[in-house]
Amino acid sequence: MNMDVSAIFQIAGIGIIIGMIHTVLKQMGKEDMAQWVTLIGFVVVLFMVIRLLNDLFQEIKTIFLFQ
Amino acid sequence: MEIIQIVGLGLIATILIIVVREQKPLFAFLLAAFTGLFIFIFLIGKIDSVIKVLEDLANRSGIPSIYLKTILKIIGIAYIVEFGAQIVRDAGQESIASRIEFAGKVLILVMAVPIISVIVETVIGLLPAGS
Repeated sequence: MNMDVSAIFQIAGIGIIIGMIHTVLKQMGKEDMAQWVTLIGFVVVLFMVIRLLNDLFQEIKTIFLFQ
Repeated sequence: MEIIQIVGLGLIATILIIVVREQKPLFAFLLAAFTGLFIFIFLIGKIDSVIKVLEDLANRSGIPSIYLKTILKIIGIAYIVEFGAQIVRDAGQESIASRIEFAGKVLILVMAVPIISVIVETVIGLLPAGS
């Protein structure tokens, strides 16, 4: 487990905070801003997931002899 | 005792997913995918050493390396397919998951065709010529 487990907590934290911001903005009546915040948070987390997915696929390619 | 780390990670990730799902189901899905990726990457390092031993054995016994390569590729395909189908199934898309598994089966079959043809050639060679 030499990789960073903290990334999991980061994602969970981003999710909770985005949820809070979404609720607050919706209470203030700025629906469109709330949607944008959700979208941007989603993209940030998606980047983390995709980077890890890339790592996994590179690893599989090297180990299982795909060219 | 890495199994304790893995199980603890899984439990904590599950709790976090349950908490996050209340507010944003999208993030819960990404968190599940991330945890799965994490565990897979951890395990693939372990599999590496086993594969090394297998390669060594195959080299010593003089098996043509194309067979071992094919088998390793098949294992790799099974690995990727299992992972992708499981994540898609988590997201609730049962039909796409079964299509992914179907694609994996077909690709494995395509890779196994040369080995099957070699087996058939060998069996035909064993048969007496006049029959």
